[in-house]
Amino acid sequence: MNIFVLLKRTFDTEEKIVISNGSIVEDGAEFIINPYDEYAVEEAIQIRDSQGGEVTVVSVGGEEAEKQLRTALAMGADKAVLINIEDDIENGDQFTTSKILAEFLQGKEADLILAGNVAIDGGSGQVGPRVADLLDIPYITTITNITVDGTSVKIVRDVEGDSETIEAALPLLVTAQQGLNEPRYPSLPGIMKAKKKPLEELELDDLDLDEDDVEAKTKTIEIFLPPKKEAGKVLEGELDVQVKELVSLLHSEAKVI
Amino acid sequence: MPRKVIVLGEARDGALRNVSFEGIAAAQKISEGGEVIAVLIGETVSGLAQELFHYGADQVVAVEDKQLAQYTPDGFSQAILAVINQEKPDAIVFGHTAAGKDLAPKVASKLGAGLVSDVIEIETEGENVVFTRPIYSGKAFEKKLSIAGTIFATIRPNNITPLPKDASRTGEVTKLSVEIKDLRTIVKEVAKKAVQGVDLSEAKVIVAGGRGVKSEDGFKPLQELADVLGGAVGASRGACDAEYCDYSLQIGQTGKVVTPDLYIACGISGAIQHLAGMSNSKIVVAINKDPEANIFKVADYGIVGDLFEVVPMLVEEIKSLKVNA
Repeated sequence: MNIFVLLKRTFDTEEKIVISNGSIVEDGAEFIINPYDEYAVEEAIQIRDSQGGEVTVVSVGGEEAEKQLRTALAMGADKAVLINIEDDIENGDQFTTSKILAEFLQGKEADLILAGNVAIDGGSGQVGPRVADLLDIPYITTITNITVDGTSVKIVRDVEGDSETIEAALPLLVTAQQGLNEPRYPSLPGIMKAKKKPLEELELDDLDLDEDDVEAKTKTIEIFLPPKKEAGKVLEGELDVQVKELVSLLHSEAKVI
Repeated sequence: MPRKVIVLGEARDGALRNVSFEGIAAAQKISEGGEVIAVLIGETVSGLAQELFHYGADQVVAVEDKQLAQYTPDGFSQAILAVINQEKPDAIVFGHTAAGKDLAPKVASKLGAGLVSDVIEIETEGENVVFTRPIYSGKAFEKKLSIAGTIFATIRPNNITPLPKDASRTGEVTKLSVEIKDLRTIVKEVAKKAVQGVDLSEAKVIVAGGRGVKSEDGFKPLQELADVLGGAVGASRGACDAEYCDYSLQIGQTGKVVTPDLYIACGISGAIQHLAGMSNSKIVVAINKDPEANIFKVADYGIVGDLFEVVPMLVEEIKSLKVNA
């Protein structure tokens, strides 16, 4: 099987967000593979191991994303592709990224494309379905289980707590939800091997795309932090008194019950 | 600038979800005196139209077909695109729900449009519609505009206030017949996993448990508290990883981001990833044995104590409040 994984480099979930001059400060922050994309990488490796074939991880971003691609190779992916847009695009959006990924995937004859259902930074969850639409293949989002049998695929997806069982056929794009699997840590031999695995770097020119073709349809005009929450009132006294006071505060002061 | 706005009404188990009415309010704001057209898609949905009129829709279009009994991206996109092609709206609003999240990017792609997802606030400024949305799971926010093509947004449930219901507003529902074909994904079965009726992302009250809940059984008192408050139960990653509950309940940077009116955190320490998912709740109550727990820093009210003592007492106290009220 010819499997592709769409991967994004994101801030570590431990990071606090600091804003300076209207943008988020990245200096000194730790970066990781977007956690939902990590499930996608793990699932891709498992499917390849049972069905045979090859896993290629693809990221659209800057030079630094090479590190996350190497991590995916160390987990067991076979090849990586970095589409480096640093020099060409200043303000992209989900339209931009999807268009670039779809252009890259066009003609690659992917059987299965996996991605995270959402990135924990931008949080839009658009890129997977958009890429599937541009490639004119079906997609299933927020999956928690996938079984591939020849060209037919059986999926379980999470729908706000309910599970839907869905049947579809390859080629297909799916996006991973938590619970799909437990991503492995790269092993030491895996890390050694990853250094020798192919990591190709492309730019817009290589995909025959101009900046105009991928120009964003939306624009961010301001980024700000939520108002800092003041620590509230820790109640005192006997527990039963505290409970009575709490209910009365929720009822008459906060008016939420 | 008056705009024509399409809003997708969403039904579940035969009733409209609240986010549909929130969507009409959002659409009306964007329309700036233009027109709000609500769309219903399903097997038999036109019976729900009057309620959409009551909440402010100027027109209701229903697309009904056997093949639309279950949501699928192919079926629903064919239906909504037919309405869009007919009405040529300036703007489109969906709920940021399971179906909305799944469908909107495909429709945006078909239209070659941008899409602003998970919007919590809408303002109009001059010629622009400005959308506010959380990024980094609520650790920060951004303001965003559409700069080309159709304006398109999905709105997060529970953040935009519906217009007051006016039962005297009624209208004729227009049925649009669309040929629904070539569905490439087929829903074979739907298993209701959620313990109770109220969905986490729409719940006004959430009672969440962490590692302090200690076991699957430990969630029972939390469920009782949620029940008396008409709310839903959620969990921290710690509780999910320890298999006390299902991952679908997880709140945090991975998991759901929620903004209920009242969030009661029981036995949750308050890791930064969890806080990202809930700290924009209107009122936060923390119940924890450890007075140093981080959760108290974002709580409006805190009780230092054992949740297994406090929660049952809370249930009784709220019951008696309800009886007296």
